[in-house]
Amino acid sequence: MIYVAQGILSFIAAAAFGIVFNAPKKSLFYCGIVGTTGWIVYMYVNQMNQDQVSASFAGAFTVAFVSHIMSKKFKMPMIIFSVAGIIPLVPGGTAYNAMRSVVEKNYPLALEYASLALLISGSIAMGLVFAEIITQLWTKAIVKLKTKP
Amino acid sequence: MAADYELVVESCLLAGRLMMESGAETYRAEDTMDRMAISQELTQSQSFVTPTGIIFSGNKNLPTRLVRINARTTDLGKIASVNNISRKLAFGDITIEEAYSELKQIEDEHETYPFWIQIVAAAIASGAFLLLFSGKLLDVPTALIAGGIGYAVSDRLEVRTRVKFFAEFFAAFIVTVIATISVASGLGSELDKIIIGSVMPLVPGLLITNAVRDLMAGSFVSGLSKGAEAFLTAFAIGAGVALVLSL
Repeated sequence: MIYVAQGILSFIAAAAFGIVFNAPKKSLFYCGIVGTTGWIVYMYVNQMNQDQVSASFAGAFTVAFVSHIMSKKFKMPMIIFSVAGIIPLVPGGTAYNAMRSVVEKNYPLALEYASLALLISGSIAMGLVFAEIITQLWTKAIVKLKTKP
Repeated sequence: MAADYELVVESCLLAGRLMMESGAETYRAEDTMDRMAISQELTQSQSFVTPTGIIFSGNKNLPTRLVRINARTTDLGKIASVNNISRKLAFGDITIEEAYSELKQIEDEHETYPFWIQIVAAAIASGAFLLLFSGKLLDVPTALIAGGIGYAVSDRLEVRTRVKFFAEFFAAFIVTVIATISVASGLGSELDKIIIGSVMPLVPGLLITNAVRDLMAGSFVSGLSKGAEAFLTAFAIGAGVALVLSL
């Protein structure tokens, strides 16, 4: 049940972000789909491992992978689909907590949160890059298979 | 085909500038320009794109051109249209003259969503994020109002002042003030979650993704400068929130 509710909410959030970033009208629905799949994978891994870093990696990987499929299908740049999907994964809450700890002069806690936010951003980046490399290898393999006599 | 090479160079520069102004990745802008040039028999073309300017050289007889990029926003629709034109040009569906006039048309009269719809979308996104981060249903109205006003303030201030960091700082400041007032008057309950949800439309998500992808694609100049822009924007948001919290 919680998955359904979160799926709908992340769909709304990603599609709304599509409007804020002025994505083409016909791509808005698919922006939402990308957001939903990314968030559900993130939630699932987060529940299994209790670890935001690996969950962000899995979420970002899914977002980039699904965006790639969409961009091939609709012949639009991949970035149109991936941007809205990545936003929910950005460690806004962790960064906020880090900054709040700085305001409260609790510097050790601030450092802890800040390094966690940095790790999460890094894992999002790695997820994006991994998905891109894998899809590139995949398309190259398909082209090779097709050109073979 | 004795193409008009100067028009080709002009079109490539226009396409690259439109893409960079709407927030495309550097390597995509370079790739688009090169493809357009190659389809018009300029096979020796070289392009060097940074977030603040584009250097493009057609071949050794043509002068090397430089255009400056002053304003950078996020406009995914524009990226899609320019990409579409370069694709049609590369497949030979349109001539370079048609491509140039279509690009000019995009520059002059590109349609965006009306401003109020963008504000409503930002507000809805804030509310949805609040619930995604396991906030309470009671806090949703506050997040809607704070998110919408925050986005409107940052957008208008950016247009007026041309200083993005100030606009983001001030928007985060206003969001936090609204959230604090509503919690103090009993309309909202969890200050932290309201602020996190409402600040989300301001987060430089596109910049962060682009910075990393540019770095990985080997465009170190663009990657580092976009990373610096993203860091400064995030810092401005953080400072705006911190200022209210420390009062």
